[in-house]
Amino acid sequence: MEDTTLYTIIVHSENFSGILNQVAAVFTRLQVNIESLNVSASSMKNVHKFTISCKTTAKNIEKILKQINKKLDVINASCYTDDEIFQSEIAMFKISTDEFQNWDNTSRLLRGYNTHIVEVTPEYLIVELAGSSEAINSLYEELDRIGCVRQFVRSGKVAVTASRLEPVSELLSKREERYRNKV
Amino acid sequence: MKTNEQITGSEALIRALIKEGVDTIFGYPGGAIIPVFDALLDHLDTINHILVRHEQGATHAAQGFARASGKTGVCLVTGGPGATNTLTGIADAMLDSTPIVVIAGQIATDFIGTDAFQEVDFTCVTQPICKWSYQISRPDEIAWAVARAFFIARSGRPGPVVLSFTKNAQVGMTEYVTEKVDFIRSYDDDPEIDITRIREAAAAINAAKRPFVLAGQGIELGGAQEEFRKFVEKGGLPFGCTLLGLSVMPSSHPLNKGMLGMHGNYCNNVKTNECDVLIAVGMRFDDRVTGNLATYARQAKVIHLDIDQSEIGKNVAVDIPVLGNCRKTLALLTERLVAADRSEWVDSFGKYQDEEYERVVRRELYPGSGPLNMGEVVNAVSEATGHRAILVTDVGQNQMMAARYFRFSEKRSIITSGGMGTMGYAIPAGIGASIACPDRTVCVFMGDGGLQMTVQEFGTIMEHRIPVKMILLNNNYLGNVRQWQQLFYDRRYSFTHLANPDFQTLASSYDIPSRRVIDRADLQDAVKEMLDTDGPFLLEACVAEEGNVMPMTPPGQSIDNMLMEC
Repeated sequence: MEDTTLYTIIVHSENFSGILNQVAAVFTRLQVNIESLNVSASSMKNVHKFTISCKTTAKNIEKILKQINKKLDVINASCYTDDEIFQSEIAMFKISTDEFQNWDNTSRLLRGYNTHIVEVTPEYLIVELAGSSEAINSLYEELDRIGCVRQFVRSGKVAVTASRLEPVSELLSKREERYRNKV
Repeated sequence: MKTNEQITGSEALIRALIKEGVDTIFGYPGGAIIPVFDALLDHLDTINHILVRHEQGATHAAQGFARASGKTGVCLVTGGPGATNTLTGIADAMLDSTPIVVIAGQIATDFIGTDAFQEVDFTCVTQPICKWSYQISRPDEIAWAVARAFFIARSGRPGPVVLSFTKNAQVGMTEYVTEKVDFIRSYDDDPEIDITRIREAAAAINAAKRPFVLAGQGIELGGAQEEFRKFVEKGGLPFGCTLLGLSVMPSSHPLNKGMLGMHGNYCNNVKTNECDVLIAVGMRFDDRVTGNLATYARQAKVIHLDIDQSEIGKNVAVDIPVLGNCRKTLALLTERLVAADRSEWVDSFGKYQDEEYERVVRRELYPGSGPLNMGEVVNAVSEATGHRAILVTDVGQNQMMAARYFRFSEKRSIITSGGMGTMGYAIPAGIGASIACPDRTVCVFMGDGGLQMTVQEFGTIMEHRIPVKMILLNNNYLGNVRQWQQLFYDRRYSFTHLANPDFQTLASSYDIPSRRVIDRADLQDAVKEMLDTDGPFLLEACVAEEGNVMPMTPPGQSIDNMLMEC
């Protein structure tokens, strides 16, 4: 087995139907599992942003990027390792009040993770945590040890790059300018 | 331009096609496309519709048309099975960068998602094998979708585009307003040229003692044949061609050293691993060209000119990438080349050409006795046409023999399924080429296997009297697979022998004149009869059953490690 790395791929595309399908098909073709996926509107009008994380080899990630970039309605795709981006995800925990209250240091545990309590009822409380994947994993493990987690959900990861600007807006304005000059 | 005139979506589609310069459509009607075929009847003065006998034939005919003419080929088919029958042609056009637009009928949008009669999610199915696939769901989208489809198909690195045309969009009324698409912000059809790279490449070539050029189909697609000629002539640069690039320059040009790769010319594969600078132009280092990548041109500095960013560095590490349309990049490079005489290096190819001639070519072309060889049939046809014909091939031994022994004097003269290797390609592609270039002779080579994959297109040839000169190299085997079985599977011929029909009777039932040649003494006369006959002709050459294509680089081996005999 070749060494694998966790990569985060950021894709900007037009907001047409069927693009997610085309992007996902690139991963299927290379038999690479998507670990996490988030798709949402970007800061630019009609441009959608995908944040995809996957564990694969350097060789495969190059193929994946080339194939995604080749899709006609994809504006740009680039990939990053963890030290090149700031990333975050959100998790929600539905915690059984009874078991939770029987534990000694409960509130200290939640405060230690910088959680946010969304809802409290006599039966359960809902706690939200935004942060790194590691923090979410770690809180889940601690709560699970208590045996109080009734439901757990986490979002796909979102990320911003460490670089100065959204490079895609520069790319688009450069292309539009070249076209105007040609015409 | 607004007209206030309300027309049907089907009429709008035809008008949009005419606006894109379409004069030929290869099609086959069916339930989900009847309204468009109805509208077509009113435009037969502008559009020549060729009724094929199977939708796969429509796609290969459109490919042959596009490859011979440089225009975009168009197919019009129904939904469901009519649409799925085009998949092989779409995938073939994608791998060979051939501009075609496939328009397929689709059930009305209200029924989509109900598993209605002949419902196939064609957009989804075709997305991974084409450049762009789109479903037209409303009549007011037609002008935009057609304009975008043609722009995408023919620009940048060309390729197939699919339009699924829903029944409600076909019959709905719209005010037709023409649209022009020549810019898509997410798609760079003409990458900006980095002059620094041009300078680096020119410096590397100028300093080279043993430069070698690989010529690909990108030169034909970019219309850069003349720029390429100036480039190699100024630098005194010998070159080899990929299968799809064989007609970028006349075969007789002293710098043209023939074909690259597994069944290519020995000198090219040896020199690939001897050169100091390797200059690839509009080609993609396919595994049939490179052999084992671990031993491919490791000694050389590699320069790669291509319009498709995703090709650069894909298979072979590139030292100097030159992104852009090669028509422009070649001209910029040539300006910066120092005119050089490298005749000593060019002459050094001769030793290997002589070796190949002695050990392979002479016995293939001039065997003296025994059954006919495939190569001598190809050679006889090429000579009889003055090397001016368009060559169309099927896939397999017929393809490799034709590629090796047919010679070219005009651009855009080889039409073959390179990337996909689609058997059954030749007859319909020959039809398309013949319609695109009615003034040129079109020679279609095929084997007995491939002929029977699209033999129904004999009906198309009959109906339209398409003057294709078909040469069947009949060895009663799926010859290429049989050759591999002989060489690498201990002669265990697993299902490669074919019990064949009487091909002459078959041709005559389609009113296609034919002749069978068994004896060498009759070959020239038979070829002459074929070329002298007006209209289509089938020449069946009964060739040695166990003839092999040599030389050959065994799969996985270093490309210069060629078998000369077996």
